Amino acid sequence: MKFKGRIWKFGDNIDTDAIIPARYLSTSDPEILAAHCMEDADPGFVKKMRPGDIIVAGENFGCGSSREHAPIAIKAAGISCVIAGSFARIFYRNAFNMGLPIFESRDLQALVSDGREIEVDSDEGTIRVVNSAEEPVRIHPVPPFMQELIRAGGLMKYISKKET
Amino acid sequence: MGMTITEKILSRHAGLEEVQPGMLINARVDIALGNDITAPIAIAEFKKAGGTAVFDRDKVALIPDHFTPNKDIHSAEQCKIVRTFAREQRITHYYEVGEAGIEHALLPEQGIVLPGDLVIGADSHTCTYGALGAFATGVGSTDLAAAMLKGELWFRVPETLKIVFHGRMRKWVSGKDLILFLIGLIGVDGARYKAMEFAGEAAGKLGMADRFTIANMVIEAGAKNGIFIPDDVTKAYVQGRAKRPFSFYASDPDARYADVIEIDISGIEPQVAFPHIPSNVRGISRVGDVRIDQVLIGSCTNGRIEDLRIAAGILKGRKAAPYIRLIIVPATPEIYRMAVKEGLMEIFIDAKAAISPPSCGACLGGHMGVLAEGERAVATTNRNFVGRMGHPRSEVYLVNPAVAASSAVLGRIAGPDELEGGGKS
Repeated sequence: MKFKGRIWKFGDNIDTDAIIPARYLSTSDPEILAAHCMEDADPGFVKKMRPGDIIVAGENFGCGSSREHAPIAIKAAGISCVIAGSFARIFYRNAFNMGLPIFESRDLQALVSDGREIEVDSDEGTIRVVNSAEEPVRIHPVPPFMQELIRAGGLMKYISKKET
Repeated sequence: MGMTITEKILSRHAGLEEVQPGMLINARVDIALGNDITAPIAIAEFKKAGGTAVFDRDKVALIPDHFTPNKDIHSAEQCKIVRTFAREQRITHYYEVGEAGIEHALLPEQGIVLPGDLVIGADSHTCTYGALGAFATGVGSTDLAAAMLKGELWFRVPETLKIVFHGRMRKWVSGKDLILFLIGLIGVDGARYKAMEFAGEAAGKLGMADRFTIANMVIEAGAKNGIFIPDDVTKAYVQGRAKRPFSFYASDPDARYADVIEIDISGIEPQVAFPHIPSNVRGISRVGDVRIDQVLIGSCTNGRIEDLRIAAGILKGRKAAPYIRLIIVPATPEIYRMAVKEGLMEIFIDAKAAISPPSCGACLGGHMGVLAEGERAVATTNRNFVGRMGHPRSEVYLVNPAVAASSAVLGRIAGPDELEGGGKS
């Protein structure tokens, strides 16, 4: 998989209440959720981001609640992938299960600022900053089982495929 | 090679002799849980995958508890999806408003989750059932859909972090303070991907209510599950509730741990987690003058009868300070009934408390106690993230029930020792 987009930086411990506040959880409509994506971390986020953009965050991204509304909001807003130093485990699981590409890397945060464009090549395991002479940054390899889930198109397709 | 209790439960449910941390396994699920927020997405995924019947109608629990009694039309529609599915599938453990309680208090109380079980729930606080010596973990809605369809799910066997409690709890200290102290010590990702096992002579002396509170909040340290070794206290709680067989597991003496943390609990005073992260804790003596607007006593963390008794002991003959909203939420109808019978409700009404039906609403800023801009709440709940209980510029301070009740009386964050005449226990 390859992704190219502008990046938006966030800090450590971005919780799922910040990604999609519970006041919007009376629906699971992706369009409505997308309109409030990252609202309590950066109220203007949805207005300034464009489809294809990439979220770059620090440690423990997606901590807190198990709400799948969080990766749904990010995906429906048009974010192509999330790169973080580490992910909280339920968010990590949810992202693979429902098909939001996420990658672990700790080297990118210091290298880039908001609005810079990056190119992610998950097959090669690299991230390049566009128009920069810097060496590409390495992505932590995606575990083989998670790759299988991605190839199948998420958990539900994976378990249906396994049966046939 | 010896195994931990978590490894033993996982290996048994995967049909394997032995498992080791890092292994990916498929394991059988004893109970799969969803609520009115998470189940609608799971039901949609279940149907999209061609699902027509759940794997076992006795092993699925659907509890409308978050935005119930329905807070608005959208919530009513979500509850309707869950209700329709529960009727269609003849789900045994569906609890309608009036019978329903906060899921993580209700399921143990009704004997639906038991020691030795493997429980998954589309709610992060599913880890609460580890108090019974079960493996219980929060998952997303898609995982719930898969489990409802197949009765099994994939897991990565976690490493275990062993927490050993020594010493005796001081007066006004409870399980809430032990877990807040621990989260303050290791941080909100201090146990990320790991199991947390509670051991030591002081852990064995904890009652079930304190064990539930501690296991409930391991997710706030990033843990996959939290677990106590079942003992006589567990047996006394489960007897009379269980309607099916259950198993007690224990860790082997030569089990391997990622780390062992020893804590002398005698030195811990009541803890307060300041905004906006549960690890931002300090002892009650170091809080200073923090004026408040609202106090919430309830939730899956601290809405049990033991918590209400502590609050009532302090509120008896006292009133919430002027302009303070005191909201009390018994976690289940059974707890509500006990509070009425024991005369706690009269104490609460006299103290100017608003008593809510069982609901998760206020804890996550849904309804029944939402905060305005700039307001501060003291809450016995589990999260104090930005906007957790309402406006993004409101604040939540996490405490135990004794501190919450004392704070309501004084209008600022305070422990029972600051009350005139002290607290009664």
